[in-house]
Amino acid sequence: MKEQRDYIQDIAEIRSMMERSSKFASLSGWAGILAGIYALGGAFAAYILFGFNPDELNYTSSNLTNVILLAIGVLGLALITAIYLSWRKARSKDEKVWNATSKRLLISMAIPLVSGGVLILVLLAHGLTGLAAPLMLIFYGLALVNAGHFTISEVKIMGIVQITLGLLSTWFIEYGLLLWAAGFGAVHIIYGIYMHFRYER
Amino acid sequence: MNISFDDLHKAFESRIRLGIMSVLAVNESLDFTALKEFLDVTDGNLATHLKKLEKEEFISVEKSFIDNKPNTKYSMTPNGKEAFDNHLQALEAIIKSQKES
Repeated sequence: MKEQRDYIQDIAEIRSMMERSSKFASLSGWAGILAGIYALGGAFAAYILFGFNPDELNYTSSNLTNVILLAIGVLGLALITAIYLSWRKARSKDEKVWNATSKRLLISMAIPLVSGGVLILVLLAHGLTGLAAPLMLIFYGLALVNAGHFTISEVKIMGIVQITLGLLSTWFIEYGLLLWAAGFGAVHIIYGIYMHFRYER
Repeated sequence: MNISFDDLHKAFESRIRLGIMSVLAVNESLDFTALKEFLDVTDGNLATHLKKLEKEEFISVEKSFIDNKPNTKYSMTPNGKEAFDNHLQALEAIIKSQKES
């Protein structure tokens, strides 16, 4: 007959297996902080270098192509950073980044992100530049809420914050760039610092 | 007290089988490689335990091909879910009763 501590061990094992197989825990706080810094840099560059600051829905800018390229650059840099830091964190815990949970996490994020991305491109083609920043916040927020099912629940809260900022910014179009910087910049940095102190120290 | 021990299913005596059931309880379905990574066991070892659970009809197996490579997906049957839940309740009951005594 097994001892009591064996049964307790069984339950601990069950709990840890359920947790490990359904939650992606390798997301690094530093990835959030760096993504936030890139976003702030990007918003600043768009404003200073390209004079980009949409204040109405039908906003035209001669530098629109440059701004889109800049945005793609910022996104790419943030993604590479996040993937690299997650990979490093997973390796230090002797786990794989690319497992069933991270696959599902990515798919659940990709669906709102891709639909939002396509919508924004279509609107840009129609000259509705003012809606780009708010919609980016809203769809990114939806992606985070979705992703929150497969990682720590704080991600859900961040998603709701981004959606709120996005909705605010559809009303106050003239503050679009500022709210975008707040959402993608400040919120990421705050979240990253929180993650770092809560889970990584 | 002896009632609780009868509720512990023999199929779950092995940590690996218990692990398989825990992982499948929270994931709709998983393939062999994913299970292997989560449980950190060898192919042969995992296959044996999966066979055993399959025989008990606690898990269902769905074989298919992805890019001409065999891909086997495992998921929990309603039968298995019931047995696993009962096992968890029995574990809790035992721990509680032993703490009291």
